[in-house]
Amino acid sequence: MRDRAAALERAALLGPGLLYAGVLLVVPLGLILVYAFLTGGRFGAVDTPVTLDNVQRLGEPVFRDVIFTSIGLSATATVIALFIGYPAALAISKLPRRWRTVAVICVVLPFWTNFLIRTYAWVVLLNNEGLINQLLRATSVIDDPIGLMNNRPAIVLGFVYAYLPLMILPLYAAIERLDPQLAEASTNLGADPLTRFRTITLPLTVNGAFSGCLFVFVPSLGNFVIPELLGGGKTATLGTLARDQFLKSFNWPFGSAVVLVVLVIVFVIVGVQNRIASRIEGTNMKATP
Amino acid sequence: MSRPMRFHLFMVYTFLFLPIGVLVVLSFNRSGLPTSWGGFSTRWYGELVRNEQIREGVKNTLIVALGSTIIATVLGTLLAVGIQRFVRSPFVESAILAPAVMPDIVLAVGLLAFYTMVEMPLGRLTVLVSHSLFCMAFVTAVVRARLAHVDPSLEEAARDLGDTAVGAFLRITLPSLAPGILAGALLSFTLSIDEFVIAFFTNGPRNPTLPQVIYANVRFGVKPDVNALATILLIMSVLAVLSVQRLTRPTDTIEAS
Repeated sequence: MRDRAAALERAALLGPGLLYAGVLLVVPLGLILVYAFLTGGRFGAVDTPVTLDNVQRLGEPVFRDVIFTSIGLSATATVIALFIGYPAALAISKLPRRWRTVAVICVVLPFWTNFLIRTYAWVVLLNNEGLINQLLRATSVIDDPIGLMNNRPAIVLGFVYAYLPLMILPLYAAIERLDPQLAEASTNLGADPLTRFRTITLPLTVNGAFSGCLFVFVPSLGNFVIPELLGGGKTATLGTLARDQFLKSFNWPFGSAVVLVVLVIVFVIVGVQNRIASRIEGTNMKATP
Repeated sequence: MSRPMRFHLFMVYTFLFLPIGVLVVLSFNRSGLPTSWGGFSTRWYGELVRNEQIREGVKNTLIVALGSTIIATVLGTLLAVGIQRFVRSPFVESAILAPAVMPDIVLAVGLLAFYTMVEMPLGRLTVLVSHSLFCMAFVTAVVRARLAHVDPSLEEAARDLGDTAVGAFLRITLPSLAPGILAGALLSFTLSIDEFVIAFFTNGPRNPTLPQVIYANVRFGVKPDVNALATILLIMSVLAVLSVQRLTRPTDTIEAS
């Protein structure tokens, strides 16, 4: 009786959500996996002959370029965001307690503003008749507008701007968790601030940095809006390629293969990160008996 | 804090807020141009209200956001309580969070393929269902965080005193979870209103959501009434963030007890 009631309770609580997520998450991901190895039909239809063509096509120079360009742009943005975000998170953690919450909310706030509008704001600033060009012209620094957007640096800038809050938050959380006694102990033992940072703060916040990097890299990789609006659509990325295959060329199998590449890259990075993270945790444990 | 660090933090906040600030200022510029100040005016807000396309977008977005929030809140809350009580496997936990952390294009493309396969016509309903999927992940996470502060012995006590399982859940657990549920719902609503990529892939041609309308507008250069829209959305986001922040404060439980 009691067992049956528990089973019923369990089914009532978990059943609906798991079923919903199961159908809407597992089936679509399965479809991508299967479609990537099928043949394209007309207008998004897929045909049954199983083939490796789509995956092999990704090895062609054009598409290999797209993959490397995408990884390069996202990685550049991630590194820049890390170098901006780390000192920022450190600075926030040094603010007086009551100001810290305000500072964190101010980091989150732009992130909650519509993503398209945040990207559009940079179009307003960077385009040829935009604010920056006009300011430079008004002050006679330049005579003709300089092309500030429709290039790769503008795409990287867009990625950094869009996802910087996601870099700062996990870093700040990691720094907050540090035991202040560790810093005190190291100072008492004669460590200067730089040594203290290198031997205590940095190793203990590496996991936060990894999370932050993941939160910047992953959404950048599949993004097609920023390459279009700030890159002028001249630079093909995994995101723009997938969009075009699905909504313009209607080659769903090849589009699925492109999306599969995004998924595989994400899985590899998460896997490597977990490996490294557990290794670092292991050495930390050894260091602090 | 050292001076270079203070300066760095100042520059970071400038970087984060300057572009948005420029839009807010421009939204009150009569000329509508980023380059010449034509005097203070609320003209673009008027244009915005009269813009048929944007009004339609707002309507569609609200329908989608409301529907997906209801589904996500109900399923996410049940799921959070269920996981707390019955699930010990970290795999299930990360699987439920997956839609929230996966690149949106993966979910978008997969769902498009799914709806096409089951011959579900693309439109507001398909966007609504798609949004409820990733919103559910967020509700589950927020409610679970709240559950950590709720004493399970309260519901046990109610049941020992003769209340039914459903009664004890409704009368004891649900009210103590209320701030978390509300925060999750608010989060869902805000996320759905802002979501573009999944809507772009899983919506039909007839009822574009607001982000889709914005995309269609900003693709081809600068549009002054988008500045006014940006300002309104910014204010709404500020209110939402502050509310969620208040509702998820861990100190709530201490005050309540």
